[in-house]
Amino acid sequence: MNEQRQALARDRAAAREHRRGILATVFIHLELAAVAVIVIFPLVWVVGASLSPGGGLASATPIPADATFDNYIDLFTGTDYGRWYLNSLYVAVLNMAGSVVLAALCGYVFSRVRFRGRKAGLLSILILQMFPTFLTAIAVYMLFLNFGLLDSLTGLGLVSIAAALPYNIWLMKGYTDNLPTGLDEAAAIDGAGRITIFRKIMLPLMRPMLTFVAITQFTMPWMDFILPRLLLQSPGKQTVALGLFQMITDQYQNDFTAFAAGAVVLAVPITVLYIVLQRYLVTGAAAGAEKG
Amino acid sequence: MSTTAQRATLPAPAPGIASALVWGAGQLINRQAGKAAFFFACFAGAIVWEITSGNYYAGMDFTARSNGGFFVKGLWGLITLGTRPRQMTLTGLTEGDNSIVLMANGLIALLTLALLAVVWIWSVRDAVRYRAHLNAGGRRERSRDYFRQLWDGAFAYIALSPGLVLIVFMSVLPVLFGVLVAFTDYNRDNLPPKNLVSWVGLDNFATILSVPAWTGTFMGVLIWTVVWAVFATASTYALGFLQAVLLANRRVRFPRVWRSVFLLPWAVPAIVSALVFRSMFNGQFGPISQFLVDIGLTDERVYWFTDPSMPNLARGVALLVNLWLGFPFFMALIGGVLTNIPPEYYEAARIDGAGPVQQLRYITLPIVHKTVAPLLILAFVSNFNNFGVVYFLTEGGPDSADYRFAGSTDLLITWLFKLTLDNRLYNIGAVMSLVIFIIVGTISVWNLNRSKAIREL
Repeated sequence: MNEQRQALARDRAAAREHRRGILATVFIHLELAAVAVIVIFPLVWVVGASLSPGGGLASATPIPADATFDNYIDLFTGTDYGRWYLNSLYVAVLNMAGSVVLAALCGYVFSRVRFRGRKAGLLSILILQMFPTFLTAIAVYMLFLNFGLLDSLTGLGLVSIAAALPYNIWLMKGYTDNLPTGLDEAAAIDGAGRITIFRKIMLPLMRPMLTFVAITQFTMPWMDFILPRLLLQSPGKQTVALGLFQMITDQYQNDFTAFAAGAVVLAVPITVLYIVLQRYLVTGAAAGAEKG
Repeated sequence: MSTTAQRATLPAPAPGIASALVWGAGQLINRQAGKAAFFFACFAGAIVWEITSGNYYAGMDFTARSNGGFFVKGLWGLITLGTRPRQMTLTGLTEGDNSIVLMANGLIALLTLALLAVVWIWSVRDAVRYRAHLNAGGRRERSRDYFRQLWDGAFAYIALSPGLVLIVFMSVLPVLFGVLVAFTDYNRDNLPPKNLVSWVGLDNFATILSVPAWTGTFMGVLIWTVVWAVFATASTYALGFLQAVLLANRRVRFPRVWRSVFLLPWAVPAIVSALVFRSMFNGQFGPISQFLVDIGLTDERVYWFTDPSMPNLARGVALLVNLWLGFPFFMALIGGVLTNIPPEYYEAARIDGAGPVQQLRYITLPIVHKTVAPLLILAFVSNFNNFGVVYFLTEGGPDSADYRFAGSTDLLITWLFKLTLDNRLYNIGAVMSLVIFIIVGTISVWNLNRSKAIREL
């Protein structure tokens, strides 16, 4: 009798546990679904808008009944979007190449070579890095304005490299500090010079963090607004971010669907890149934060 | 024998003083001809540069403005910021002084002089140290050996030089220049080359602190910036934590799919998302206002970012949009931390009778918090300077009648942008830059002091 009652109570407890488990599962999935809808809706909406016929904001719908690619065709024939895209690409490649080369070299030297002024150099770079890029950018703008250097894509690329360089140097220095010293010491004993050690041994080891630098510096100019807004002026020299911002502020009602198409063309490659390399990018950002 | 006695009688500072007067002289006394030649060459080079870049043979009355070379004219320009404005004469427009160009050239001259000063100190110290070394009975060292040794150690400097040059000209120089502008009257009423700019001391700081319209704007914007940074950081962290914990729950089906969806706001360029939200919250044509009217929740359209009577609505929506943009990064980060917590911890807690809430409170939260804390401070700083969300979403709107060139959602950084670019108040903008730098710098230094990066230097 007693045993039976005990078994019954156990069953009931198990059933309650089970019900609670199901309830929890349902609630969790409801929450996830709600957040997912909020996350996805704006993205679906802009893709829908880019496929909507008509140009105004009011005509944009998430799922257009008569979808059309006209906006994309307009984008490349009716606006300077293609030109902006190439401009951004140029700055992005320059920024990526320059940043990778300089960050690798400087990071290696600061990490592995002991020289006079090393500590002072690292500290100055650290302080520079605290000075928000934006503030430097405004000063660069005033200087370029008075020396007539504005409106140059190469100038923009160089300023972008310099702006991110202190951070990237610290990042590469921190990463290189954690690499084993055995290999390069052995190579030095075998008589390899600094350049050889750097090229043949260190570079391959530094590749994961260099890839991080390369991706972030390649994608940065596509999204950056402040520097190009300050340093570029003529319509033919705009970057995608500038162009999109102008499309949405200048001719608001008329051109919204074209803007949406432009936004999609800009966002898709970068989004895919980020999702594919997500683990990598998150670890890199975390490492940067730890190293100050 | 006599030479040893002679050497011993010469006190160590003597060649140092000689080097301080004429570069390299001390090295010559120390009988190191090679070094002496090197230091003297630096000295002579600077003087030759000054003379050739200047106009020293032109006339009888010498003025720094028309005859000075790289250094003299540079320093003159930095001190005076020009003396002759552009004027209309019978022969046409005369070429006046461009204060900003003069200031920049002066800065470059000053930086070069600083570099020369380093070489000068080096030569003096070298002369003293070598003499002391000899006096103590040390062996003679040949200049050639010294330079060879120096060359071996020079790899670092050569490798660093391209990066260094770029940083000096694109970061250091602009930063110094920006600091200097804060002490001038360089603004839209005073634009070179038409007008001269002059030094005004602390007037700009006094303006911000004493003119009520400026003080009111500054304090209002500053307070909102701090509130924004606190809420933006806390909300993204909290939601990121929640999503990460939920996704780590073993009841969740297809966690990878959910995770990828939640990562989208992080992966889509922020400028695109912010501009899309700006359109969605457009008062007149945006779908959200329309939707609220359609379901009868509001009688008329809501002007989210342009209604001056509801500044807090705009602020709240901006924070929500920022939450949308910012939580995935924390989610991804915390998700990584969660997978690294040993399952034994939870096992032990369960055996001790701890429920899910207690496990979360006493195991998950402390571990996550400890790992993510430095990033939280970094996130605070970047939210403090979050230009993108505010500028793209609201452009600082809605307008505020009490503010100077700022709207209700403007952060210090967007206000600064408007001051500089739209209103060309460069001097006030420079003051704001300094204020932001001091605030951000203090937080960063405090954060760094706690981290190990500095100690490992």
